[in-house]
Amino acid sequence: MSENAAKTENYLNVKHTVASWLFTVDHKRIGVMYLATILLFFFLGGVAAVLFRIELMTPTEMFMASETYNRLFTMHGITMIFFFLIPSIPAVLGNFLLPIMLGARDLAFPRLNLASWYVFTFGGLLGLGAIIFGGVDTGWTFYTPYSSTYANSNVILAALGIFVSGFASIMTGLNFIVTIHKMRAPGLTWFRLPLFVWAHYATSIIIVLGTPVIAITILLVAVERIFSVGIFDPALGGDPVLFQHLFWFYSHPAVYIMILPGMGVVSEIIACFSRKRIFGYHIVAMSSLAIAILGFFVWGHHMFVSSQSMYAGMIFSILSFLVAIPSAIKVFNWVATLYGGSIKLDTPMLYALGFIGLFTIGGLTGLFLATMAVNVHVHDTYFIVAHFHYVMVGGMVMAFFGGLHFWWPKITGKLFPEMLGRITAIIIFIGFNLTFFPQFIVGYLGMPRRYHVYPEEFQLLHVMSTGGAAVLALGYMLMGVYLLYSLILGPKASSNPWKAAGLEWTTPSPPPTENFLEPPVVKHEAYAYTEEDTYRDDAETKGDTHG
Amino acid sequence: MADGQSHLAHHFDSMEQQRESSSLGMWLFLAQEVMFFGGLFVAYAIYRFKYPEAFAVASGYLSVGWGAFNTVVLICSSLTMALAVRAAQLGDKKKIIQYIVATMLLACVFLGVKGVEYTEKYHHDLVPGPAFQYVPDFDAYTVPVTAETAHPNFAGHVQLFYSFYFVMTGMHALHMVIGLGLMIWLIVKALRGRFSREYYAPVEMTGLYWHFVDIVWIFLFPLLYLVWRH
Ligand SMILES: [Cu+2]
Repeated sequence: MSENAAKTENYLNVKHTVASWLFTVDHKRIGVMYLATILLFFFLGGVAAVLFRIELMTPTEMFMASETYNRLFTMHGITMIFFFLIPSIPAVLGNFLLPIMLGARDLAFPRLNLASWYVFTFGGLLGLGAIIFGGVDTGWTFYTPYSSTYANSNVILAALGIFVSGFASIMTGLNFIVTIHKMRAPGLTWFRLPLFVWAHYATSIIIVLGTPVIAITILLVAVERIFSVGIFDPALGGDPVLFQHLFWFYSHPAVYIMILPGMGVVSEIIACFSRKRIFGYHIVAMSSLAIAILGFFVWGHHMFVSSQSMYAGMIFSILSFLVAIPSAIKVFNWVATLYGGSIKLDTPMLYALGFIGLFTIGGLTGLFLATMAVNVHVHDTYFIVAHFHYVMVGGMVMAFFGGLHFWWPKITGKLFPEMLGRITAIIIFIGFNLTFFPQFIVGYLGMPRRYHVYPEEFQLLHVMSTGGAAVLALGYMLMGVYLLYSLILGPKASSNPWKAAGLEWTTPSPPPTENFLEPPVVKHEAYAYTEEDTYRDDAETKGDTHG
Repeated sequence: MADGQSHLAHHFDSMEQQRESSSLGMWLFLAQEVMFFGGLFVAYAIYRFKYPEAFAVASGYLSVGWGAFNTVVLICSSLTMALAVRAAQLGDKKKIIQYIVATMLLACVFLGVKGVEYTEKYHHDLVPGPAFQYVPDFDAYTVPVTAETAHPNFAGHVQLFYSFYFVMTGMHALHMVIGLGLMIWLIVKALRGRFSREYYAPVEMTGLYWHFVDIVWIFLFPLLYLVWRH
């Protein structure tokens, strides 16, 4: 391998102009552009959350009216789900890593990939426009008739933003599937693929088959509003429940769009920091596909109290229980991987372990909700909110930051301060639980979601939750500070600071534009860990082989 | 990539890999199109099941003659498109252009007829929205007096049919316009001599797309025009 080439040229320093970024077709640069974009939305959604958590500290109205409160939680939901969580791991880490893990020089359609970033950003701007013009108060679900008969016109703008950014998802998903099928390096058979790739394959299938349905649904809502016809309006013969069916046909699978890539990241991290081959590789890979397929047949569990027939409810309930099987398979196999491994508690590993615990709680409470009788009791309460956040924040956001730390040296070529990283991971874990565990209790006690005034006996739990949110926000800010610091002043990373076994660690950090200095040939699977190189060689990590 | 010989993009290893990739990509795109129109068809099916009489009555105002004519036009355009792909496989640049121009002409005929039909609906106040006006004509044989037709909101249900008519045919027409754009791009490429026996993927992919657009119409025609005939 020519070390000189690595020193002189990589994807970051090959060109410096703004245009070289805006017109790049390099999947790595596009991944970085996605990262910057979605972090902006993560920040906006976080600010909204902090504001309404402060309001919720008192049982009476403190500083915002119901309308403002409704707009804030809607803004939080829309930005976090559609503009942060859905693109988070696929469009950033997937974009960056997938071709490298496959030993390819780029995704199959590089220009389509760039187009997806522009489309996404345009959709995001439309969403931002809706907020600037006064916001939307429908909740992220856009239920009719809130979004049709009773909404202001910003709904169209927000919905259009989601419609447009959906096409960005489709472009990314389509690109991933083709790349995985057609561009694997010589020797890289399907069952040598990293589980990260399997997870993205399953995610992409959901994206390609699910997203068009939400697109047409949004289009019909727009037609209803613009031409004042009653597609979902009962007064004009339409059926509002049809909207819910169409919406959840996409939005339940969308939950798996948000969690499956996280599971892929966790598989990589667990294997690396246990120094072991992942336990039950084949079944973990297949469980991703099982989740993707089953996920399309459970949407009715959101509609147990929406005039759905009891028998439909029973079937949806049973099918929802079935999804728990492949999810549990993953959790058990991760734990089995940890068993007997040489575990090292570095920052990415802390996030991955956090993921396993929190996702398990989120998943198990999902079973409560799939049980029809319990569902009726806790429907539209904070129990739902807590369940959802355990899966999405405890699961996906943890996995995203775990992955970001794991591959940070690869992406930026810099090391972050490890001790600060570990402390921050613990702060985030504590803050998260303090925020959302009380919400399980307050929800079970009967506090409905989406209200900013509530009975006094719930105040203690709400204050705990707000305190937790403050800790969580502190953790995220700390992370932002040290990651920015490492970007500028961090020590240079070697090509493989974690001594990980994947293909992406065989190329310099940051990788050259064409990803590899020589075309790779794969001779074994991605988890060839031995216990010999258990501990990081600090001399090599801090100093560096590439100058 | 810019000159006539090297059509192999830098990140592919062989022409075969590149061709297979674009082909798989196109099929995936069509899969998402199926889901897109699938959502519309489901919504249509539910309302048709709910308001069978209103949908039958509303459908009676569509011109089966124009619809059938357009069906034939589109099927012919699929034939000329297939011939264009064949010409591309044989590396016959002149014939590629001829057949694509023929396809475009047929597409324009289709869109023209669609325009005539839309205008007609506009003049009869059958475009959904505030201007929509429909008074059931109980004397005509198409509107029997039943519980459903006597419903105070019967006109609203008729309007629902027309909402779907315009959304479905409108989305279909939009796909045709995009197809026309693709064909202009193909002609430009063909004139510059970009296609050869080894490289004709864009013609093939546009062909796949065009056949899909045709198939959608094959479903739309009976669903929208022939409801009252059963
Ligand atoms: Cu669900």
